[in-house]
This record gives sequence, structure tokens and C-alpha cells, in this order.
Amino acid sequence: MTREPIERVRIQLDGAAVDVASVGSLAAALLNAGVASFRQSVRGEARGPLCGMGICMECRVVVDGVLRRACVEPLRDGMVVETR
Amino acid sequence: MRASVTAAAVRCDIAVIGAGPAGLAAATRAAEAGKAVHVLDEGLGPGGQIWRPARVASNNSAAEDWLARFRRSGAMLHHGAAVFEMHRLGAAWMIVAECGGSRLEVTAPQVILAVGARERFLPFPGWTLPGVLGNGGAQALVKQGWNVEGKRVVVAGSGPLLLPVAATLAKAGARVAVVAEQAPMSALRRLAPALALRPGKLWEAAGYRRAFTRCGARYRTGWWVERAIGSNTVAEVVLTDGRRRETLSCDLLCVSYGLVPNLELPRSIGVASRAGYVAVDDGQRTDVAGIFVAGEPCGIAGVDAALAEGQIAGLAAAGRPVEGSLRRARRRGRSLGAAMEAAFSLRPELLRPPEPTTIVCRCEDVTAGEIDPAWSARQAKLSCRAGMGPCQGRVCGPALENLFGFAPDTVRSPLQPVAFSTLLTSDSEN
Repeated sequence: MTREPIERVRIQLDGAAVDVASVGSLAAALLNAGVASFRQSVRGEARGPLCGMGICMECRVVVDGVLRRACVEPLRDGMVVETR
Repeated sequence: MRASVTAAAVRCDIAVIGAGPAGLAAATRAAEAGKAVHVLDEGLGPGGQIWRPARVASNNSAAEDWLARFRRSGAMLHHGAAVFEMHRLGAAWMIVAECGGSRLEVTAPQVILAVGARERFLPFPGWTLPGVLGNGGAQALVKQGWNVEGKRVVVAGSGPLLLPVAATLAKAGARVAVVAEQAPMSALRRLAPALALRPGKLWEAAGYRRAFTRCGARYRTGWWVERAIGSNTVAEVVLTDGRRRETLSCDLLCVSYGLVPNLELPRSIGVASRAGYVAVDDGQRTDVAGIFVAGEPCGIAGVDAALAEGQIAGLAAAGRPVEGSLRRARRRGRSLGAAMEAAFSLRPELLRPPEPTTIVCRCEDVTAGEIDPAWSARQAKLSCRAGMGPCQGRVCGPALENLFGFAPDTVRSPLQPVAFSTLLTSDSEN
């Protein structure tokens, strides 16, 4: 098994600049950054990724002003992310 | 007024939806036969869930061979394309997708649906806590680069996915404490004859088991999750065998109960299903003209059956003869799938409605106590919004069917949440 060299990207996460390893999805990057709650449910409970493949919609966050599923969203330098 | 959204339109001989093993095999064989083939897939690259492009290199030669052959075949792949509608257009079919923020329309007289499967989730108290994920979900996130090093993990639920997921997590540095399979050992033993005919599968399973027992994990059969406990994230899980209980501390709980086929797209265009799966003929044709289905929607049978069915569909759609070896491979895959389904069938304790305060529909936070077992899926939607949220019942639908016997409701487009601008912009109207 060979690992790719770890590059880092900087994202804006809930108003703060955060450096994260350049991984394959925004969801993986947020989990690595210690984010547990990606959104609040209708009743205000914390929710995080469930299906990891774009079906359950539990990991949706606001990316550059638009709601996106973090698990199918590529990670890009400079993206502005808001959990809800 | 047209917004700045652009639309692209493509015409081809054969359109394939899904770029997992079935879709890749279908597209490759049809393109090799000289047909113009376009493939639409929601993922970031080809491979589907099982051959998901990983951050960590794997040595899956079947995957690499098929991906290389697909690239040489001349078939076109549109990745990141979420299909939200399909309708007839004269004698052909039009597929409408959102791709990179724009509308993509693909028109073809023949369409092969290779839309795969998703995990089955059954509600239990605490299953909505962050840190409780599907087994495939956890594996997908690890392949996306999630670092699970040092995390204490419980793997639970049912099905052949539990072992490889536990192995993946252990290899990535997680501490897998227990793998709890709900099926009893007596049922799993009945798999032996089917597996004996497929020694490759047996070695695969043995390899996975070695990988996670090396890290000290226990494999328990006849145990399942009773509840997960935690405030903002999962902290403990209670396992039970119906008589005893065991509470384990954990950072992650991976739990899912096998796979359910993605039938939304075929059902939206009137493809008939039988006992939960699409009915197809010898050439993977459905009862709807021009529509073929291959892979898991025809029966959960794994990658070998998917590759065989994909090739059969691709050849049949291209008007080429189908090799007998493919039909035999399909038969073998199907019989193994049926044996697996029987061995891992869900125990009655899991098919009872959970306690009334347990959430069943995560999108709308509907609890089990709000559901009247006398309803239909439609009545549940109208009465308490169960199944009305962003996932459109993809998670709670199968659970409501398992727990309350609600048959799936009708499916209409848009099949996925989509921007209004994409919905309204049509190239064919310009």
C-alpha cells in the first residue's frame, strides 16, 4: 500500500480559516478537522454523515452559499463552508 | 428568463446510468461492438461504490483491468452527473441530469440502468447520533481520506460487508473491538456449500477475518445493536443476543443490514419489480421497451454477477450474441446471492417497530410512535411527513417496509434535489 504525499488546503469553516489535509471529499476533511455535527435536524439534534455515498443527505453543509452533500463534494482550496 | 445555467445535449446509441462494475461492463462491451455509448455517474470517477477511487492504492486487478478496458473502449463518461429525470422522447429516451451545476440531456433509443444498491438501515434508539454510520458509509469515508487511526469501533448489523469493512478499518489504524453479526451461526453454516463452489470467496473471507482478528477483534454471531448512547456523538453501544446485554465504549458505530437495490429510477419509468427486484429476461431486458437493467437492482448478488449482467446487457443492447460463459457466470452469481440472502435474513427481533420515541425518518425527525401501522407509505407521508425530506424516503422507506409492512410509494421526478435553474433550463426548448 502506498500513500500519496499529504498536501494541505485551507478552507473557511464557520468563519475561521482551517488547514486540512487534501483528501477525497469535504466530508472526510471535516471529520478529520474534528467536526462531528454537520447540521442540526428539524428538532435541533446534531447529525453527521451516515451513508457516505450521497444518498441520505445527512452531511449537507453550505458550500460557497449553496447546500451541498459533503460526502460527494470535492475538497477545494479556499472553499467557504458553513455547518448548520 | 434563462439564468446563466448552461445546458448540454448529447445523442447516442446506448446510454448507461451508473459506472460501477455493471455499468462499466455494459458500456465497455457495447462500445467495443461499435456503438456510441455515453455513461452518466454521480461519483467523482468511475468504479461505483465497490471500486470507489481510493486515496490509498489497492491491488484490485479486476477493477484495474475493467477500468483500463473501459477507457480504451471509446465510451464517454460524464462523472458527477446526478440523473433526476427520465422520459420518452419519440422512440427514444431522454435522461436529464445535473452535472457540474448545469443541465445535461442524453437521448438514446436504448438505456441500460446499472444504478446499484444502497445500505439498509433499521432504526434503534441513538442511531441518529453523529458517529453512527453505515458499514459501507464508513468504508467510503475512509477511502475518501477519513483518518480513523486510534478510534474505537464497533461493527454491527448483517451481511458479507461486515468483514471487509472491519478489515479496512483495522488496516487504517482503528481499534475494532467487536464485529456483531445478527444472523446466528447455524444460518451462516448453511452458506458453506454455496461458498465451497466459489473457493475464491472463501479465501477472501478468510483474509478479511485474519486482518481484523490480528487487531484483537471478536466476531460474534447472533448479536445485534439494541441502542447507542451519547450526547453529541456516540459514546457507548449496547449489544444484545436477546438474553444478555453488553455495553461497549466506542467512538464509532458502523451498522447496516445488507443492501437494498436502488429502484427509484426504474420504477419512475414504469419498470416492473417482483419481490423487491427488477424482473429481466435473458438479455437483461425489462418489460419497458428499450430499457435494460443490470447488477444489484436485479437481485443483490455482488460484483461477479454485476460484471456478467453488465456485459450481457451491453451485448444485447448492441445486438451482439451473448457468450454462454456470461450466462453461466450470471447463474453462479445469482445462486450465491440467493444463498447469502437466506443466510443473512433478518431475525424477527429486528423487524419489530422500535420503542415509540425512536426516530424512524431522520430527515423529518418522525418517531416510531407517530406512525400508525394501519397506514400506507403514502398516508405516512401525508400524515406526519415520514419520507418527505431531502432523501425522499431512501433511508426510511426500506425501514418502514421492514418494520410496518409499508410497500414503497410511487416515484416521480425530480428523483434528486436539484437547483430550480437546472430544472427549468432545457436545451431542447432553445
